[in-house]
Amino acid sequence: MPAKAKEFGASAALPSLKRYDGVGLSIRGVAHSYGELRTIEELDLEAPANGVLGLVGPSGCGKSTLLELIAGLQEPLSGRIEIGDAGDGSGRLAHCALMPQRDLLLPWLSAIDNAALALRNRGTRRGSARREAAELFARFGLSGFEQAKPAELSGGMRQRVAFLRTLVAGKPVLALDEPFASLDAITRAEMQSWLAEALDADPRTVVLVTHDVEEALYLCDRVAVLSARPARIVEELSAPAARAPDRDEAVTDPEFVTARERALHALREGMR
Amino acid sequence: MRRWLLPALLLAALIGAWQVAASTGAVADALHLDPILVPSPAEVAEALWENRSLLAENAWVTLQEIVLGFLLGLALGLGVGFLLRPFETLRLAAYPLMVASQAIPILVFAPILVVWFDYGIGPKLAVVALVCFFPIAVATADGLRAVDPEAIKMMRTLDASRAQLLWRLEAPTSLPFVFSGAKIGATFAPIGAVFGEWVGAESGLGHLILQDNALLNTSRLFAAAFLLAAIALSLYGLIALTERRVVTWR
Repeated sequence: MPAKAKEFGASAALPSLKRYDGVGLSIRGVAHSYGELRTIEELDLEAPANGVLGLVGPSGCGKSTLLELIAGLQEPLSGRIEIGDAGDGSGRLAHCALMPQRDLLLPWLSAIDNAALALRNRGTRRGSARREAAELFARFGLSGFEQAKPAELSGGMRQRVAFLRTLVAGKPVLALDEPFASLDAITRAEMQSWLAEALDADPRTVVLVTHDVEEALYLCDRVAVLSARPARIVEELSAPAARAPDRDEAVTDPEFVTARERALHALREGMR
Repeated sequence: MRRWLLPALLLAALIGAWQVAASTGAVADALHLDPILVPSPAEVAEALWENRSLLAENAWVTLQEIVLGFLLGLALGLGVGFLLRPFETLRLAAYPLMVASQAIPILVFAPILVVWFDYGIGPKLAVVALVCFFPIAVATADGLRAVDPEAIKMMRTLDASRAQLLWRLEAPTSLPFVFSGAKIGATFAPIGAVFGEWVGAESGLGHLILQDNALLNTSRLFAAAFLLAAIALSLYGLIALTERRVVTWR
């Protein structure tokens, strides 16, 4: 594992935050289209409480749309999405926080104020919102960067702050839309280890959208390979070593390599 | 250092050239004019000093017209810009008209404003506010819509209400636009004030310029114009400085 990832890694020595009991996610017969354009075809997917579900598919296959449906930003054309017992859009919105592909940190706010946005939106006073976010900064290796403006942070650091912003929202479900797509390969591998540690320290139900098969198989418990638009499930795989402590070892394990080849094969199938 | 030094040197050279051209009578000869109509920078400076209380009195009047008119235009522009954000139908109706209105030389309405608002500071404020209003309102409306739709989705999943979206996301996003609009307004404001005074006034730098023109008192005319330029530059500079302090993320 790269030394830098350890340096920034989640510290296990600090006291754990409140645990989420977690809620499961269920998607049944969900279809969606934009006007005439069919984007999603009859999908069924499940994620247990605090499980990590990966969605892999070619670009433009409707993965981001599916995340928006899950997060309650849109309603599906047909079918039903439930987070716990919340089935309608506003219920899902209350249970799910979205981490967009680009970090979208607000450039006029410091890192800590960006991370604390959800608390401020809910009416928490600035001081206590900052204190609550600062706790996470310490736990997730961002100490000392609280006052930095986003422009002063590296790409990896910005993604970390963006992830903390999603975490601080305190929602049981996190929808992560290609969170590391914009990073270089080394930073990306570091961030995958970091996220794995973060999720083990603070488990949530996660839906992770990515076009990187390796990323999905390393971070997720289950991975659904989606076809080109309209999206349908080509194959569902169990990850052999979800969030194993040593990423480099995990991704070179023969079992992992086999799973990766299967997923890549399914991805190619789905693009036809 | 070089950023300031070079323009300053060029300015000094231009003033020097004008001094030579005016004091030797070269310009007056070329234009077949009485040399008294072409004052040198030294004569303008002298007029500036000798008429200092008269100029200050009139500059104060014009300064008030410019600053108060600008603030009025700014307040109205911001108000309308923000009002159009939540009311999409209203925006669709009003925005094209606001953009089109920028092509209209609003100054030509100055005479009617004098009729409506009487002599005194009223019509000048109206002209200045009007020329500042449109660029600021349009810039504000543009800025509030320049928000990344992905950021809106992100904020919604972070439990932002409509008011919080406006205050925490859209308003800061619009700030650079608002400042651009304000700077355009600030360059129009002195022209608006002078036009307002030309249509009808008893004091002000514009009024004084008109008077000195009739009296062929060219050195004092130039002195008044110089003060007007100083006011305009100061207003613009003040806005640019505020922008640098407020919009730190660009």
